[in-house]
Amino acid sequence: MSDTHAQSVAFVRDTEIPASPPPVAQTGAVRWMRENLFSTWVNALLTVAALYAIYLIGVAILPWLINGVWTTPSLTACREVLQGKVGGCFSVLTERWNQLLFGFTYPSDQYWRPGIAFLLLFAAAAPVMFFKLPRKLLIITALYPFVAYYLIWGGTILTPVFALLGFVAGYAAYARLVKGSFALGIFAAVAVAALTWWIGGMITDAVAPAQPWLEEVPSRDMGGFMLNMILGVTCLSLSIPLGILLALGRQSNLPLIKAVCVVFIEFIRGVPLITLLFVANVVLAYFLPPGTSFDLILRVIIMITLFASAYIAEVIRGGLAALPKGQYEAGDSLGLDYPQAMRLIILPQALKISIPGIVNIAVGLFKDTTLVSVISMFDLVGMIRGPILASAEWNGVYWELFGFAALLFFVVCYGISKYSQWLERQLSTGHR
Amino acid sequence: MTTYTDPEKGGFHVSQLLSDTRYRAITFQVIVFILLSLVLWRLGSNLVTNLRTAGLTFSFGFLADTAGYDVGQTLIPYSSQSSNWQAAKVGILNTLLVAVLGCITATIFGVTAGVLRLSKNWIVSRLMAAYVEAFRNVPVLIWILIIYAIMTVSLPAPSAFRGETPDSTMLAGLFAFTNRGIYIPAPIWNAGSGIVAGVFVLSIAAVFAYRAYAKKQLFDSGRLLPMGWPSLLILFVPTIAAFFLLGRPVGLDIPALRGFNFAGGIKIGAPLIALWFALSIYTGAFIAENVRAGIQAVSQGQTEAAAALGLRPGRIMSLVILPQAMRVIIPPLISQYLNLTKNSSLAIAVGYADITATLGGITLNQTGRAIECVLLLMLFYLAISLTISGLMNIYNNSVRLKER
Repeated sequence: MSDTHAQSVAFVRDTEIPASPPPVAQTGAVRWMRENLFSTWVNALLTVAALYAIYLIGVAILPWLINGVWTTPSLTACREVLQGKVGGCFSVLTERWNQLLFGFTYPSDQYWRPGIAFLLLFAAAAPVMFFKLPRKLLIITALYPFVAYYLIWGGTILTPVFALLGFVAGYAAYARLVKGSFALGIFAAVAVAALTWWIGGMITDAVAPAQPWLEEVPSRDMGGFMLNMILGVTCLSLSIPLGILLALGRQSNLPLIKAVCVVFIEFIRGVPLITLLFVANVVLAYFLPPGTSFDLILRVIIMITLFASAYIAEVIRGGLAALPKGQYEAGDSLGLDYPQAMRLIILPQALKISIPGIVNIAVGLFKDTTLVSVISMFDLVGMIRGPILASAEWNGVYWELFGFAALLFFVVCYGISKYSQWLERQLSTGHR
Repeated sequence: MTTYTDPEKGGFHVSQLLSDTRYRAITFQVIVFILLSLVLWRLGSNLVTNLRTAGLTFSFGFLADTAGYDVGQTLIPYSSQSSNWQAAKVGILNTLLVAVLGCITATIFGVTAGVLRLSKNWIVSRLMAAYVEAFRNVPVLIWILIIYAIMTVSLPAPSAFRGETPDSTMLAGLFAFTNRGIYIPAPIWNAGSGIVAGVFVLSIAAVFAYRAYAKKQLFDSGRLLPMGWPSLLILFVPTIAAFFLLGRPVGLDIPALRGFNFAGGIKIGAPLIALWFALSIYTGAFIAENVRAGIQAVSQGQTEAAAALGLRPGRIMSLVILPQAMRVIIPPLISQYLNLTKNSSLAIAVGYADITATLGGITLNQTGRAIECVLLLMLFYLAISLTISGLMNIYNNSVRLKER
């Protein structure tokens, strides 16, 4: 067979043909564009429409950004500089920078205090956000509320010190008695802490210096983005423990506790935050003992905390419901009582599942802090709508101011949601 | 080894109230009940004392008093001489109006963006992602204020439409976009228009009848009747024919510039437009994410199985993917509708007269009846929320996967 036609083979290739390059349409950018932008004629139309939309947005915004004026004292001066050209008067941001960040009554020589409190916030949040950091850093987180309170509000240092002492004493009592019974430990902790605060309050009143190290700043002077940050951080950190309690209460088989929690959660979730802020503003005073009045900011913190805790409770309830029933039964079969089973087995898993949901609530909560401008508090939006847009110099500068506010919130909220996605990947262990 | 026995009867100690699980539950509930009663009693007595000090009584009599303020946009007759209760009703209707309008447009925005975000077209999906992120991460109050500023600052005043060569012209001669709002033509119902409307209603019924007939044909004989163009034909041809046969009984009241302002037509005020558009584009971003999640939740195998059965792509989507995706999409969609309704209370920031702005705003400030007003306000929103979530529970139970 093999030698019959041997002579008829005129040419045998003994080298491999070098691979020829693929057709232009099948490589690199062209192929990518063919596949991703122009695969069908509908897609091609969509691409053209999208490009046109981007072009329109670019034409509208780019000259405004590029011709922006950053250094004039008022809108009229800015318009003179622009001479009819399209351009943003960003000088409102530079000129009113401090007002936008700190409000218009915070003493200007004390701006460093909220500044430091803001920087410390990162140090305090880091160990909570990144589990790989050493656990000992959580001490910073525990101390942060007191330090931040002292930095922002000032006044005598005894107030935060005794507040801290109360927590320490309460924890000590709890740690001593929790071995016997969890309920006893909690009751003792509350009693000891309350006693410490009561004694501390008396001592503070007696020995408070007339000239504290840090000048005292009343709550009504808080404003600007600082107020949004204060409300957001405080309400979130207070509402998580409250939300856990509410979620456990709703899952409880004690009918009274369950009913109270269900009514509370459904009521709060059914009404808009604004009505709760109205309550804080005009109604809450009727329910307080006659003659007492406390800060509007504190009343608002209470209301936003209650609001957020109801939503967090629902997220955590989802986490509790998602746990397989075997986990509860395993806790029981180990002989753990309810608090032990919850603390050691159920909650660590349920909270882990709930973290993305809680972060979503956190973003929503932070955005909702702008609503306080409706009850005439001067947060970032309130500052823009009130003192800045009403001033003679800057009456009519809408886009720069609202754009700045939108950008600020976008950076924070987008950052948090990116963190949440990262965390979800970190926590996904393949099983729930 | 110890054997477990019930504690002997009659040997009850006080310590068992805390240590024995049988009694502990009752102990805790009694403690909670006492604390709760104490707190409520304390709040109640404070309220009574404070009201007495302020010389107020708890009554809803102020609702019958004259409101004494004007409202820009009303759906029912209202003047400043009407009662506070009438003002509250105006507010309720305005809230429902913006909520319904917002839900419709938010669904359109959301579904479009959600589907386009899954598009294979790189630039379109990126653009939709940018839209979703930009609107989800900025407070809705800021969007409402921005769009309100666009409405009031960027659009021309009615005087710009005046003169031989006006600065602005009406769109198609029918719509006027001014900084006071958008004016659209209003229909005029002349004699005979009832017949046209009746014909239209009958046409809708006929479309459904035709589709049912086509389905029956398909199932009985396998013959596939066309669906699209006959439906459109049945829907429009008889109505249009009736319209012209009866001599055009339905006319249009086109807005026209009279004096300093537009007259005629329907005015959609700038606050309503700002609120409506901002709420729908904001909520649309959230709905887009729900739609995307719902479509992605249907496993790829479903598409492949349907393709293996020989279904065409359009039918795969409508018969296999969407029914399953809807099960995932609808519950969060309804809760987004609820959010939109609750967010519509931000109307107060742009002066749209919803229930929060009338009852919770001006009426509250004028009468000083804070408790009653806020209570009514909360009850209204609560009623809406509970109704909708009740309906949603019924729906959820009806579409739940029937498992073993």
